[in-house]
Amino acid sequence: MLEIKNLHARIAEDGTEIIRGLNLTVKAGEVAAIMGPNGSGKSTLSYILSGREDYEVTEGDILYNGESILELDASERAAKGIFLAFQYPVEIPGVATMQFLKVAMNEQRKYRGESELSTPDFMRRVKEAAAELKISPEMLKRPLNVGFSGGEKKRAEVLQMALLEPKLCVLDETDSGLDIDALKIVADGVNALRSPDRAVIVITHYQRLLDYIVPDTVHVLYKGQVIKSGPKELAHELEANGYADIIGAAA
Amino acid sequence: MTAHIPAPMTAAESALMDAYAAQLGDLPGDGAVLSARDTLLSELKAAGLPTRRVEAWHYTDLRALLRTVPTYDATAFVQPVEPLTAGSAVLRVLGGHADASGAPEGLDVITYAQSLLDGSAAGDLAARGDEDAIGRLNGSFVRDGLEVSLAEDSVLAQPLELQIVQSAGQSHLRFPFTFGARSKATVIERHLSQGDTASLISSVSDLIIEDGADVTWILVQEQGASDTHLGQLNFELGADAQFRLFVINAGGKLVRQEVHGVVNGEGSDFKLRAVNLMGGESHTDLTFTLGHDVPNTTSTEIIRNVVFDRARGVFQGQIRVAQDAQKTDAKMACNTLLLSDDADFSAKPELEIFADDVQCGHGATVIDLNPTHLYYLQARGIPEKRARQMLVNAFVDEVVEELEDEAVVAALEGIIETWLDRHA
Ligand SMILES: Nc1ncnc2c1ncn2[C@@H]1O[C@H](COP(=O)(O)OP(=O)(O)OP(=O)(O)O)[C@@H](O)[C@H]1O
Ligand SMILES: [Mg+2]
Repeated sequence: MLEIKNLHARIAEDGTEIIRGLNLTVKAGEVAAIMGPNGSGKSTLSYILSGREDYEVTEGDILYNGESILELDASERAAKGIFLAFQYPVEIPGVATMQFLKVAMNEQRKYRGESELSTPDFMRRVKEAAAELKISPEMLKRPLNVGFSGGEKKRAEVLQMALLEPKLCVLDETDSGLDIDALKIVADGVNALRSPDRAVIVITHYQRLLDYIVPDTVHVLYKGQVIKSGPKELAHELEANGYADIIGAAA
Repeated sequence: MTAHIPAPMTAAESALMDAYAAQLGDLPGDGAVLSARDTLLSELKAAGLPTRRVEAWHYTDLRALLRTVPTYDATAFVQPVEPLTAGSAVLRVLGGHADASGAPEGLDVITYAQSLLDGSAAGDLAARGDEDAIGRLNGSFVRDGLEVSLAEDSVLAQPLELQIVQSAGQSHLRFPFTFGARSKATVIERHLSQGDTASLISSVSDLIIEDGADVTWILVQEQGASDTHLGQLNFELGADAQFRLFVINAGGKLVRQEVHGVVNGEGSDFKLRAVNLMGGESHTDLTFTLGHDVPNTTSTEIIRNVVFDRARGVFQGQIRVAQDAQKTDAKMACNTLLLSDDADFSAKPELEIFADDVQCGHGATVIDLNPTHLYYLQARGIPEKRARQMLVNAFVDEVVEELEDEAVVAALEGIIETWLDRHA
């Protein structure tokens, strides 16, 4: 489903290279965990996948279902089914949450040649998904993410994911800031999306999330490269020993 | 001493002089009205249309900008439209002809043509001062309008819409309104255009808001892309009165809307909220003066401007606080979103404070759309154009949402969305 080949990318503004020859393959149906020390490039990779224009790809390619997505802008990638749950969701004053959800869902449907949702159908979907994630109707009445607590923002991201039904979900530290109950709720939300035609990339620092969302593969990112990949046990090893051994071995 | 050598008249100036001569026997009014008109026209002729050398017109050189004047056309056809909010009472001025019927209970309405004919309007026609080109033009040519008074203690349950529709030619209108003590009303002054022919509209609203009255006035300007709109709204605010003025400019080629207020009753509050949407090659000027003349009054002004394409915008805001007006609290903010490299906006906020115990402030900002916000919306599948539109809308909607009447809010949001659809 996703094939990243020898990817090099830099910050557009000052040319600093952050991703330095990264290779990663994620198959349909797979849940891949990405771990790695702070500042190793995990969020940057997720931004580049989503099409953020602050970064420039200088070498390599990203194939999604066999096709390069480098020429597509962020909205096209999203409409094709790529979803990024942000590490730091953005507050947008003046944009009502419900309006945002409706426009996003309908614009994606339009792109795919599907008909727009009727208002009752839309309302029903939001109500159901919000109830599953224990998101109060009051929260949905506010402007997008404005004044949401850290955990509420993360839940709102997962709500968007549930409603948009993407094919490739990238969750960037969605577990950070969540209380224990919320973590379970969010993990259930993600697990509900698991399906043979969908892939999930979970970026996290903690084994705890991976106890709930059990990954098929674990990848260690360091200085803009994947320096080690392995089965789910790799995460246990990291939890026990830290990154030093792996970084040492790769050096 | 320098000799004043009058510049040769521009095409527009000559056209105005000719128009006056042509309509002389036809303009309504008794002897007093006609001589007031003559005075105004000769002042206009002597001064010419204002140029940038006239301070109040520094950013809107009317003499240079007003190229042509369409001829008066009494037969230009227009059609009434549905009111902005369902259930509103509607008073119409179609193609320059006012109709006084349709007023709800508590309102006393006559046409301004009648006040001109019987001479009762004569005293109101003088210009505000030497720089009052709109007053002079309007007073010279005014033919109709509506003179309305709302009785003391009356409450209008539904908004009153003044529906002013023009399709071609010229229209010069006046709307003197008196809101009696403790009365309460929402009025929508709505200027619309039909067809693509250029029109020239001048419209002067004179509001007297008596003690304890509570008035919301919503000025919606949606003239056509080749129209000139010269508006002026004057108000006097009594003690413990509340006045919320909402201005939305969403049309016109050359637009100047003036607002001049005097707060002369203690305990009163004034709010101005304005949304100026500008695109194409248009020029839009909002000029505001406010005098706090008595102690213990408050005012806030929030102006939001959105400028696309090669449009030019102007905001001039001047607040004067008289020496006696202690404890005045006045705040003015002008925020502009510039959306093209060729767009231009000039803001000139001014405070003139002669009292010592006051709280006054002003600020003007120019911003661009926040790229992170844009990215976030796009990352959810919203195409760039739509995402921009949502963010522009968010920028202006903040002030629209302050209005209490949900139907009015929805109607104004509709106007803004339609405008953005065409320009964003
Ligand atoms: N736009 C930017 N401007 C400047 N530096 C940047 C920018 N984007 C990324 N970086 C730098 O690139 C490196 C990788 O950052 P990134 O956010 O991808 O790390 P991360 O692996 O997600 O870290 P964490 O675990 O702390 O979230 C960091 O050193 C960061 O400071
Ligand atoms: Mg990160």
